[in-house]
Amino acid sequence: MNRIEKKFEELRQKREKAFVAYITAGHPSPDYFEDIMLALDEAGVDIVEVGIPFSDPVGDGPVIQEASYRSLQCGTNPTKVLNWVSNIRKKTEIPILLFTYFNPILAQGIPSFLKTSAQSGADGILCVDLPVEEAGTYKLEAEKNGLATVFLIAPNTPEERIKLITQKSSGFVYYVSRLGVTGEKDTIANDLAISVDRIKKYTQLPVLVGFGISRPEHATFVATVSDGVIVGSAFVRDLNEHAGSSQWTTHFIQYVKSLVDATKKVKVSTE
Amino acid sequence: MNILLENLFTEQKTPYPDDKGRYGEFGGRFVPETLFVALEELEQVFRSAREDSEFQKTFQYYAHTYIGRPTPLFHARRLSEHLGGAQIYFKREDLAHTGAHKINNALGQCLLTQRMGKMRVIAETGAGQHGVATATACALLGLECCIYMGTEDMERQRLNVFRMKLLGAQVIGVDSGSKTLKDAINEALRDWSLNIKNTHYVLGTVHGPHPFPWICREFQKIIGIEARKQILEQAKRLPNLLVACVGGGSNAIGLFYEFLKDKDIEMVGVEAGGKSLVPGMHAARFAGGSFGMLHGSQSYVLQDEFGQIGNTHSVSAGLDYASVGPEHAWLYKSGRVKYTYAMDDEALEAFQLCARLEGIIPALESSHAIAYVIKEAPQRNSDQIILVNLSGRGDKDVEHASKFIELEV
Ligand SMILES: Cc1ncc(COP(=O)(O)O)c(C=O)c1O
Repeated sequence: MNRIEKKFEELRQKREKAFVAYITAGHPSPDYFEDIMLALDEAGVDIVEVGIPFSDPVGDGPVIQEASYRSLQCGTNPTKVLNWVSNIRKKTEIPILLFTYFNPILAQGIPSFLKTSAQSGADGILCVDLPVEEAGTYKLEAEKNGLATVFLIAPNTPEERIKLITQKSSGFVYYVSRLGVTGEKDTIANDLAISVDRIKKYTQLPVLVGFGISRPEHATFVATVSDGVIVGSAFVRDLNEHAGSSQWTTHFIQYVKSLVDATKKVKVSTE
Repeated sequence: MNILLENLFTEQKTPYPDDKGRYGEFGGRFVPETLFVALEELEQVFRSAREDSEFQKTFQYYAHTYIGRPTPLFHARRLSEHLGGAQIYFKREDLAHTGAHKINNALGQCLLTQRMGKMRVIAETGAGQHGVATATACALLGLECCIYMGTEDMERQRLNVFRMKLLGAQVIGVDSGSKTLKDAINEALRDWSLNIKNTHYVLGTVHGPHPFPWICREFQKIIGIEARKQILEQAKRLPNLLVACVGGGSNAIGLFYEFLKDKDIEMVGVEAGGKSLVPGMHAARFAGGSFGMLHGSQSYVLQDEFGQIGNTHSVSAGLDYASVGPEHAWLYKSGRVKYTYAMDDEALEAFQLCARLEGIIPALESSHAIAYVIKEAPQRNSDQIILVNLSGRGDKDVEHASKFIELEV
């Protein structure tokens, strides 16, 4: 069992919902990677999604695009990110899910990319522009290396595909709560419960919800109808504004904690 | 020559794309989940449209009465004589409505949009030709139109920005990344993933996720179908060599496709060599690229060792792109088509020579194809025929070209 699976086992026992935080590796500068990771750990985040920046992030909105661009300007590349991951592994056992686009994986070669990812201490991988239909080798190599494979399900995914995607998924299933790209929104779809139940018909895996969540009240609502909450752009934006200023880690921990607490106050009901 | 083709979209010359949207190892559908579903829907709509004789008729009706098809095939006698070798024929796509072949695909896809019951169209544009073509087709069919264009390209192609607005389209400047075509595509894909319910994305070339390379080829292959008949009428024989410039590759595949089974006919695709083959200074994907995946399709890509997409340069915005259509990647690998490149200054010379000798100002994109012909024609006997796709007219480029060309007044 890898760290992601172990984490969900632990959450089940504590009857807690999961909280996942996304950050873009190397943003706002590679110097902050370790501080950010440790801050997320301290704030009580269950899993960190570490984004490997890509030059053409078609699945991302302006905030993560800008972060990716800035990170690449600082010379970030997948090899460096995996080095940072293996360094942070010496300090924390927090489960790490790599988030990437497909071309950087192709450039290194699928088997080699997944092997080095696992060796660095990552626990799973999510490749946004790799549909399950094209993921044969990828899935095989990930399994060989003990990496969980997370895939996305969207509001317009038909049931047949939901079945297919859940079969290829491990760790958890990522439900994208709305159409479009990543980014914060004022409201969350109110038919979320129905969508999550539609997925749960096909899988025992936890179903987590992301895209557009930025406020504690969103987190509480999402946690009520699903197994957990994923927040990305809101943290990236916060780091944009504050990283490097005095006491920024204290401030960042507080902000993250407000969302973690809003998630954790929802308890799993006994069925 | 205006006979209706009953099997325009159903007759296939190759086994590709296969049912996974592959051309050999190239192509495919590598997109985020939201788009995947939209692409499956689009594929179904196109499959039914291509079998529908009414749809074929409608497309050919507009091709004839609106685009002005068939476009002429012209024997460029003075250029042939000047070069002292093979006979050169131009397929005059520059005479198609809006001044380039792009309208064939734009109109076809806007008809598909209507068929899907969608009211809004988005498109990317580099040179502005595809944007203008799409804005035109939208005006014709009463569709709402929104064009994404890199701010760098907006500067290079100011006249086309004005044309698009005149045609009632909204033009949205894209200020991210290199501010050129690839970034405009990124932004169009983002828009589409948000608005797929009411919006169709009219991708402008034979690139992108399946079924785009296929759909675009089907709407462009009319070029080669016409050219084959025309050369048989005029010269009583088939050509020896076909030449076309290759950006994404739509005008090239449009010309080549009908001839793929004529084993003796050579074909050459000409990419943008830019200023030099140093990374970032050109867009010669076959000469300087490697296997990769950009914008949903596996192909040759200009990229660094970590798979980050490289910057590109060409004097012509329409060839300035880091990847190339997957069918071309397959034709390259299989050896059926040869690919080469022409440098910025060679294209600019061809641009001038064609204007002076034939009274035709070609698009800077098409000038790349002519630049290759200038080198190749003298190597051949005068009984050989080279058929060049003159994919567009150069009016849009006159302002830009005037920065590089000194003319005595
Ligand atoms: C006149 C002309 N020719 C060629 C191209 C290149 O595109 P493709 O390779 O798809 O024909 C363009 C693109 O804008 C164009 O405007």
